[in-house]
Amino acid sequence: MRETRFTLNGKPVSTNAHPMTRLIDVLRDEFRMTGVKEGCGEGECGACSILKDGRIVNACILAIGMIEGCVLETPEGIAGTDRGRAINEGYAEAGAVQCGFCMTGMAVATEALLRQNPVPDEDEIRAAISGNLCRCTGYAMIVDGIKRAATKGSGLW
Amino acid sequence: MVDFHRPRDLSEALQIRAATAAVPLAGGTDLLVRYRNWAGTLPRIDRPVLYVGHLAELRSVDVAGNGSGPGMIIGAAVTYSELLEHPTTPQLLRDSIIELAAPGLRNVATLAGNICNASPAADAACALYALNAEVELAGPGGRRRIPIAEFITGPGTTVLKADELLTAVHLPPDRSTVQYYRKVGTRHANALSKLSLCACARVADRRVTQIGIAVGAVAPTIVKAPRIEQQLQGAGIEQVVSQIPDALRQYGQLIRPIDDQRSTADYRRHVALALIEQFLARELR
Repeated sequence: MRETRFTLNGKPVSTNAHPMTRLIDVLRDEFRMTGVKEGCGEGECGACSILKDGRIVNACILAIGMIEGCVLETPEGIAGTDRGRAINEGYAEAGAVQCGFCMTGMAVATEALLRQNPVPDEDEIRAAISGNLCRCTGYAMIVDGIKRAATKGSGLW
Repeated sequence: MVDFHRPRDLSEALQIRAATAAVPLAGGTDLLVRYRNWAGTLPRIDRPVLYVGHLAELRSVDVAGNGSGPGMIIGAAVTYSELLEHPTTPQLLRDSIIELAAPGLRNVATLAGNICNASPAADAACALYALNAEVELAGPGGRRRIPIAEFITGPGTTVLKADELLTAVHLPPDRSTVQYYRKVGTRHANALSKLSLCACARVADRRVTQIGIAVGAVAPTIVKAPRIEQQLQGAGIEQVVSQIPDALRQYGQLIRPIDDQRSTADYRRHVALALIEQFLARELR
C-alpha cells in the first residue's frame, strides 16, 4: 500500500489508506477532524468544505491519492486562529447558527472568500457560499454574519 | 481493491493507460460521484484508476498567438477556477464557467473532464462547440487533433481510444463581439441544465461575419449546425432577422429532446427555439 503525504493544518502527516479512499473518510476517521461533515456525499452541499492549497474544495469527492503533497486546512485549523475567532463572533452576533450542521463548511467558505476579498459585497458573499447549503436559516443571517466577520477581522485577511 | 496509478509524467501516464486501459481521473467531480459508495468504504469502481490531475505537462495554459489574436491551448488538468483567472479566456466560456458550479467544484473540475464525460447537458463543453474548439489526444501512435463535435459521439461516448488520453483543448482566437449564454436550471448554483444555449457572433458594420450557436441538453449530443451558421454568415443583421423562421425550422429538426427528471421534451424544445430566436433577433448588434 502506498503512503500519501500532505500537510494538515500546518503539520506534515501521512496515511497508508488506499489511494481511492475518500479524503473525507481519512480526515474524519484517521485524523479525527470531525468538523468535516458529510451531508450529500456528492459535492452539492458543501458540509465537507476544506481548503486545499488555499482553495475551497469538497472533501467527499476527492480521493486521498489526489492529495499527495497538498496543503490542507480543515475547520479545526481555521477555528484556532484570530480569523477563525472573528468568523465565530460575526456568526454568533448575527444569529447565523441554527442547527449548525452546515456551519463548519460555511466558516471554511467565509475564510476562502475573505482571503481573496477582505471587503466583499453582498453579491460576492452569496457567490462565495453558493456551494454551501443551509436548510434552516434562509441565508440572510449567514450573509450578515460574514459581513460582521469581515468588519471584526478587518486587517486580518 | 482497484489499482491507483499516480504517474511521474505524461509519458509514464500514457504507458500505464496503454497497458491497463485505466480510467483517467483529473478533478474527480464526475468520477467520484458516479462510483459513490457508503461512507467509509471505497468507491464502487472495478477498473484501475489513472490520476493525471498533477501532471505538469497538463497543467499549463498557453496563449497561441497568430494574426487574428490570441488563441489558447488549455492543458487537460487545468481547473475551471484557473481558466476564470486567465486573461485570455473567451467571455462565452467564462460566462458558462461562472454558472456551471460553485467555487468548491470549479476549484477541482476540469474542462477536459467535462468533455470526456460527454454529457449532452455539459455546460462548458457547450461553449466549446460554439467557439469551434478542438481536442488534442495523445497515444502510442503520437498526437492527433479533432474538432470537439467529432470527438463526442453520444451520451457518455467519445472516440477516445483505450490507450489514449485527452491532453489539451485548443481554442481558436475569439473575435466575437456578441456573446449570449443562457442556462435554464432549477437554481443558480450547482444545478444541472434543463437546457442551455451558448452563442457568439462577430458583428461589424451591421453585418454578421462569424456566428457560432450551440444548444445543450436537447439531443444525444450538443447541437451545433455549421450548415445553418453558414447561411447566416455574411448577412446584414436585418437580413438575419428575415431568415429566422427558416433557421428555426432547421434547428427544430436537430433538436430532439427527451423527458427526464429535470425537464420535459416539450419544454426543452420550446425554450431552446425561443432562445435561438432571441439571440438572432435581439442580440446581434
